[in-house]
Amino acid sequence: MSAILSTKSLAKSFGAITAAADVSVTVEEGEIVGVIGANGAGKTTFINMVTGYLTPTSGSIHFRGRDITGMPPRRVVRAGICRSFQVSQLFGELTALDNMLIALGMLREGALGWIAPLHTTRRERQAREVLARYTIEEHAAHPVATLPQGVRKLLDIAMATVSAPPLLLLDEPTSGVAIDEKFPLMDTVMGPVRASGAACLFVEHDMEIVERYAARVIAFYDGRILADGPVAEVLEDPGVRRFVIGSEIHRARAG
Amino acid sequence: MLKLTAILVDGVIYASWLFIVAAGLTLVYGVMRILNLAHGSLYAIGAYAAASAIGWYFKAGYVPAASYLLLVGAALAAGAVVGIAVERGVLRVFYGRDEVVMVLVTYAVLLVLEDLIKLVWGVESYSAYQPYQLLGRATVGPVSFANYDFALVGVSAALAVALWWGLNRTRQGKLLLAVIYDRELATALGINVTRVFVVTFAIGSVLGALAGALTAPAISVTTGLGVEVIVLAFAVVVTGGLGSIGGALVGALIVGLARAASVHLWPEVELFVIYGVMALVLAVRPQGLFAHAAARRI
Amino acid sequence: MGLDRSTLGLGAAALALLAAGPLLPDWLRFVGTVALANALVVLGVLLLMRAGLVSFGQGLYYCIGGYAAGVAGKYWGITDAFVLLALGVAASAAVAAALGLLLSRYREIFFAMFTLAFSMILYGLLTKTQALGSTDGFNVVQASFAGFRPPQASVKGWLYALTVLVAFGCAIALQRYLRSGMGYAGEAIRENEIRVEYLGVSVRRVIYAKYVLAAVLAALGGGLQALATGHVGPDMAYWTTSGEFVFVVLLGGTTHVGAALAASFLFELVKSYVSHLSPYTWQLSLGAVLLAIILFLPKGLWSLRERFARKAA
Repeated sequence: MSAILSTKSLAKSFGAITAAADVSVTVEEGEIVGVIGANGAGKTTFINMVTGYLTPTSGSIHFRGRDITGMPPRRVVRAGICRSFQVSQLFGELTALDNMLIALGMLREGALGWIAPLHTTRRERQAREVLARYTIEEHAAHPVATLPQGVRKLLDIAMATVSAPPLLLLDEPTSGVAIDEKFPLMDTVMGPVRASGAACLFVEHDMEIVERYAARVIAFYDGRILADGPVAEVLEDPGVRRFVIGSEIHRARAG
Repeated sequence: MLKLTAILVDGVIYASWLFIVAAGLTLVYGVMRILNLAHGSLYAIGAYAAASAIGWYFKAGYVPAASYLLLVGAALAAGAVVGIAVERGVLRVFYGRDEVVMVLVTYAVLLVLEDLIKLVWGVESYSAYQPYQLLGRATVGPVSFANYDFALVGVSAALAVALWWGLNRTRQGKLLLAVIYDRELATALGINVTRVFVVTFAIGSVLGALAGALTAPAISVTTGLGVEVIVLAFAVVVTGGLGSIGGALVGALIVGLARAASVHLWPEVELFVIYGVMALVLAVRPQGLFAHAAARRI
Repeated sequence: MGLDRSTLGLGAAALALLAAGPLLPDWLRFVGTVALANALVVLGVLLLMRAGLVSFGQGLYYCIGGYAAGVAGKYWGITDAFVLLALGVAASAAVAAALGLLLSRYREIFFAMFTLAFSMILYGLLTKTQALGSTDGFNVVQASFAGFRPPQASVKGWLYALTVLVAFGCAIALQRYLRSGMGYAGEAIRENEIRVEYLGVSVRRVIYAKYVLAAVLAALGGGLQALATGHVGPDMAYWTTSGEFVFVVLLGGTTHVGAALAASFLFELVKSYVSHLSPYTWQLSLGAVLLAIILFLPKGLWSLRERFARKAA
């Protein structure tokens, strides 16, 4: 397997505040990685840097061997890295269907797509298929500002996947979602991810979700990587226990 | 050398009344997040009110020395009355809407006020030259200037200090600063934001009217004054950074000097030069010189 | 690409107006010409507003379009309406291409105020330029049409026809554009710029393109207006002129292009009566009505149609 993403000593400071320091991460093609850490530990900053929303103060980012450090989000996305957001970034006044149509129209079509009408029968069918795959097709005609949090999150993630990106970054996909909805949401999301063979990094606060869906975990603390390795190892790591998870967690483990 | 001195002196004089106008505009934006397009009309109302008052005063033959008090008084009265009327009567109804809607609302207020000015004062020009002439002239090196203009610089400087002290050293001022930095948090801390809004808008309007009243003796007060001023005031406020009084001061100096240079060297492109300078500043610092940092969005 | 309802509706309206042309009284036909010329500028404002940007300065390009036609006629002897319009479009596009580089970086208040400032800069320049008649402006030549020189009495009629064709042609094109990928990009930008960037689109480039397009529309409007009225003046770039275009968009609403055209007609009709009767209260009435629209009909008069439809259903 080859590395799909490789960051070397990424650092980001805002004046006197160090949001990230010496972040070196390598992700293989098709790997599913959980990212954990307390609030402010640098997880979203990491995603923002990799996707080009923030320019690192120092360090480099390589995607499939290509240097993408400092590339703006629109180019990173076209290169093959898509992301979802901690707070869903949607087109509020438009319907879920329109949101999906726009995602398909912008991300998939080429230059000629610009002047052709957006609402074509084919594209609408595609949009509804995607919505159905993410179990939200019943909300197609509703303005997204009126939709519940779980649906918004799913739409946010669905829009990120329309271009079949080889690397998907999910920023707290289940945050703000009711506890009994978290696992179904992750099942819905991770199904297509595994099926497409895409690599995926997801940020999570819920350790059970991390355990179930990730093979590997990266723990952030105070802008740096505290631990990086197989799930079981990292979650048992005393540093991670102290600074991330908070206390001993007793849980039943299968096998 | 002569030209340079003239440009410097003219620039500072120009900057002094620009600062007063801009301070009002930027204060209202900082506290209420409203860019008041009608601010220029308040300047015009202040100018007209002062011109009428002065005209009546000197015709009635009162003591000339007290006319300066009348200038300030006319501005205070006009600014406070119109300002509070606009805030309570119109703006209050639209609070909570996004910033661009508020611009449209203040644009509507501008339309109404501009016609009201025409209805009250007509379209002929007014002049109230007496206070200007009374103070005589002086010479700085080879250049001759009116003492009134110098006095204006002094008044403006005093006002800048008063504003700084009022905002940073008094309790009321700190409440205002709190609202500027974070309105939600201020409300959560129990600050009566509605009262703060009324007071701020009144102060902003008074400053606008004051600038107009103080400039009136030096110019011919005619229609269109308000909009000319808002175009200039905006350049000042944007250069200095929206919401920053210190920025209004620096911005006023920059715009004042740029304008003075243009007037002496190439008058036709006056506004062009001012906006060109502003564009240069923005190219280096897109939010203006002293704007507050914006919080992270994603 | 077919003929949808909007295209058919607009096309039918255009044909009806063309057919009615010779039958209308002169004053009404003149009002119609001016209304449609101004409607072109309004279309540009609408385009930008759907992307979330309010331009208080389309008067800049309206004025450039008008003065280009005037100058070319007066100094170079060109009378062909098509050439004059093309010159206005070229000049406006050039200026917009330059200014757009700065403006596409800004939004909301900054964008609105900059556009206002730039149009006032042109106003200032023109009022101080004696060669162009300063505050009075100057007269524009009589139009000819690709070599065809109609007799003086019927020029206005031909201009009316040309204006109807250009205005409705642009309206139909704009309505289709608004349904295209790029049209929706504008709406998306208005809703969430960050998301648009993360869909691989350069927000700045889209806004830049729309800004230049709006400038071209305004130039066409200004050129036609100049030919119809036979006069240009710096007032075309004054803030009140630009404000009226914004008013008309808010009056009609941004949902449908046809509403903008209808609102423009309505506005010109009312204006031709009221502004003579009571010149000191025209702005005041506009301001009051604008506040009422913002308060009660944020989607413009067009939304009334929906309300009635819902009540009937």
